Amino acid sequence: MNVAAPTTGAGSSTVRSPWRPAIRTGLLGALVSVYLCVVGIVPIFNQRPLVAGGMLGMSGPLISLGQTALLLTFLGAGFLAARRAPSGRRQAVAAGVIAGTISGVALSALVLIGNAIEIRNVLLNASPALYNLLTFNNGVAGFWLPIVFGAGIGGLAAGLSLLGPKLQRSLFVGLLSVVVLGLFAGLVRTPMLTSPLADLGRLLFAEEGLTVFGAVLFVALAVGLHQLQRTYRIDRRIALMPADRRRTVLAPAVIVLALMILVLPESLGSFFAQVIAIVALYVMMGLGLNITLGLAGLLDLGFVAFFAVGAYTVGLLTSTAELGIADWSFWAAVPVAVLVAMAFGAFFGLPILGIRGDYLAIATLGFGEIIRILAGSDLLKGLLGGPQGIINIPKPFDVPPGSFLAGPNQIYYIALIGAALIAFIAFRLRGSRLGRAWLAIREDEDVAEAIGINLVQTKLLAYMLGAAFAGLGGAVFAGLVGSIFASSIELFVSINVASLIIVGGMGSIPGVIVGAIFLIGLPELFREFSEYRFLFYGIALIAMMRFRPEGLLPSRITLRELQVAENEEPPGGAVGGVVAEAEAT
Amino acid sequence: MALLTAENVTKRFGGLVAVNKLNFKLEQGTIASVIGPNGAGKTTFFNCIAGFYHVDEGTIDFDGTKINTLRPDQIARLGVNRTYQNIRLFANMTAIENVLVGQHRHLHSPWIAAVLNLPGTRSEETMALDEARRLLRYVGLQGRGDVLAGKLPYGDQRRLEVGRALATKPRLLLLDEPTAGMNPIEKQQMTEFIRGLRDDLGITILLIEHEMRVVMGISERITVLNYGEKLAEGTPHEIQTNPLVIEAYLGRSKESETPGGAASAGKPASAEGPSSMAGAAGS
Repeated sequence: MNVAAPTTGAGSSTVRSPWRPAIRTGLLGALVSVYLCVVGIVPIFNQRPLVAGGMLGMSGPLISLGQTALLLTFLGAGFLAARRAPSGRRQAVAAGVIAGTISGVALSALVLIGNAIEIRNVLLNASPALYNLLTFNNGVAGFWLPIVFGAGIGGLAAGLSLLGPKLQRSLFVGLLSVVVLGLFAGLVRTPMLTSPLADLGRLLFAEEGLTVFGAVLFVALAVGLHQLQRTYRIDRRIALMPADRRRTVLAPAVIVLALMILVLPESLGSFFAQVIAIVALYVMMGLGLNITLGLAGLLDLGFVAFFAVGAYTVGLLTSTAELGIADWSFWAAVPVAVLVAMAFGAFFGLPILGIRGDYLAIATLGFGEIIRILAGSDLLKGLLGGPQGIINIPKPFDVPPGSFLAGPNQIYYIALIGAALIAFIAFRLRGSRLGRAWLAIREDEDVAEAIGINLVQTKLLAYMLGAAFAGLGGAVFAGLVGSIFASSIELFVSINVASLIIVGGMGSIPGVIVGAIFLIGLPELFREFSEYRFLFYGIALIAMMRFRPEGLLPSRITLRELQVAENEEPPGGAVGGVVAEAEAT
Repeated sequence: MALLTAENVTKRFGGLVAVNKLNFKLEQGTIASVIGPNGAGKTTFFNCIAGFYHVDEGTIDFDGTKINTLRPDQIARLGVNRTYQNIRLFANMTAIENVLVGQHRHLHSPWIAAVLNLPGTRSEETMALDEARRLLRYVGLQGRGDVLAGKLPYGDQRRLEVGRALATKPRLLLLDEPTAGMNPIEKQQMTEFIRGLRDDLGITILLIEHEMRVVMGISERITVLNYGEKLAEGTPHEIQTNPLVIEAYLGRSKESETPGGAASAGKPASAEGPSSMAGAAGS
């Protein structure tokens, strides 16, 4: 950052208006790329190869994640600069080159300054290894390489900006697919190697990252598929199909997906299964909060309380330690836990019925904290165990070790079934009379009431059903971990759940699932970058709110007028039901 | 007996008396209008009938039931519904969903039945969808049912709001400036449409309206409010010739500086217009 500063002064004073936007974009690119380097993101990302160089006879990776981060920064700077260029192709390309060059100059300056002065005392990550990375292993002598690299990428990005928007999007999707597949290459490769597809797996995936061949193939595939989708609008066609046709089209995909999910722990190992189980837990909570917040519009920042109620209820009813009160089986305790959570939902909901908006957030925040402090308090130590919590909660299935359902596997399946069940119920609720009433309250409480909706009843049901879902999540969590401590009831869990709903798309059921995968699953998979977890978390949230406030998968409009008009079904055949079946699986 | 009777209704906001000792009767099956300068208390009176505000004094009686102590949803369930001066649709729901919400009080399937998709729920939903499609056609929005309400053009939004109110199967419909912002042709169509609601569906209608052509053309009874008090009441002809009304609208000729100007311009006390009161109710 210090490095970029002098350039700022020089740039804006010497050059006049037409190139102003290009220079400004370039400076922004410089700032971002230097920041990525000096906070250590580039060096640590560099340990993760995206495309292996084996096929080209290289020993190391061809492209690493760290290089990709810089590449994307340069691409972005060049692209934006070209977009903002006043007119003409030549000017656009020139603007892209200028922006890329400025970004590159900043990195070169970083290399030179870092070699001349000892800046490691302040910036731990400004190491010779970083400089070597920036100069493509040429040391200080190659200090000019980032400039050439930047100018080239900037020009390339400007060229891309001149293409049609359709092709641009396709190329972006292609690039993204290589990044994603490169990151998760191991996850795909491992199961492939033990299957008849082993040779294909070796062809496409290296030990870490993609092979060159795989990378090229996946870009081509992604671009092609995206172009097909843009041309034929496959998703819209499916949505407009008569219900029975749609079912025949979607059934195979659903079956394949279900089978993949079923064999997943076997093929990918228990760590991955555990990550998915955690994601599923958050999906349950997310779908619960999705009812109160996403549908009914009632912000609840103490949502973790219901999770705690579910977990502690199961703990108390099943624990074989001294705090256990009933020695029930997990399965007998779960419905009770859900009912108790519901009761708590109503109990919490009653006093805050008349509170709206910001005030509601503060009130619910208070509730969450009360539960957390009570659970860990000395007052209830005899009942809930205080900070020591409740231990020795038996596993749902008592199976001998080594069998199929032993270890994390059974929790994986139970969590998945629980999440699927809840998603199904949430889906049915959303399309029901109650779901519409919730949406109406979210949109305009007064008008909803004037139309004949009983606010007390409808809001309480939102709190209760939301709490029930979270309670089920807590119950499964107790079975997963085998114990429950007050320290598990963090405020951060509530914030996480609220964030994943917003990132996924308010009120959208698939959105909750995608949000949980992004905000919960990815950080678990990228443990090696965990130092930067909250940095990325924050950046992701800000970027979402700025560029896609409706969320990753916003809830879709259900075509209800058109749908039935085209169908001509007899009055008995309910269209809603078929849709529910198709999407619930 | 009158369908709606207001006796001695008073509503105050701090020191401002928005509605003052108002007596009002509405016979079943009539189309009646409430007119008056800005800030005369028209929308406040509507809000009192619909239960948004609780009256400070007096009683409001709908078809033999005292409604001034009931909640809005209870009043709606008795058969009173309304539209709003500033359109208040459920903007992020589709047009047909807005109409479906309107049917809320006529649907009874419990949520558990909906989760299990029991036959009762299914047939109820099918019927509700049929009814919603019929209503969309009735208000002239056929084919637009799957558009988000907030994205509809202005005129369609007004029509959809009426459609949503009709879905509650009201016996008394309160229309707050139904032709505001419309061009003359649309106003004419809306006037015909409102008359049809009474003639075809037998709905008693009370409207607030500023457009005199609409008011005089459609109303059988007109009530004029000024400073929250009833200034006059009668047939359109009686109102048009009433010297008090002319004075309230045009100002007294001796004092008047701008003879054609709106009455509110010269009356700072009534600066708090009805729209800001509706805004207060919404917050």
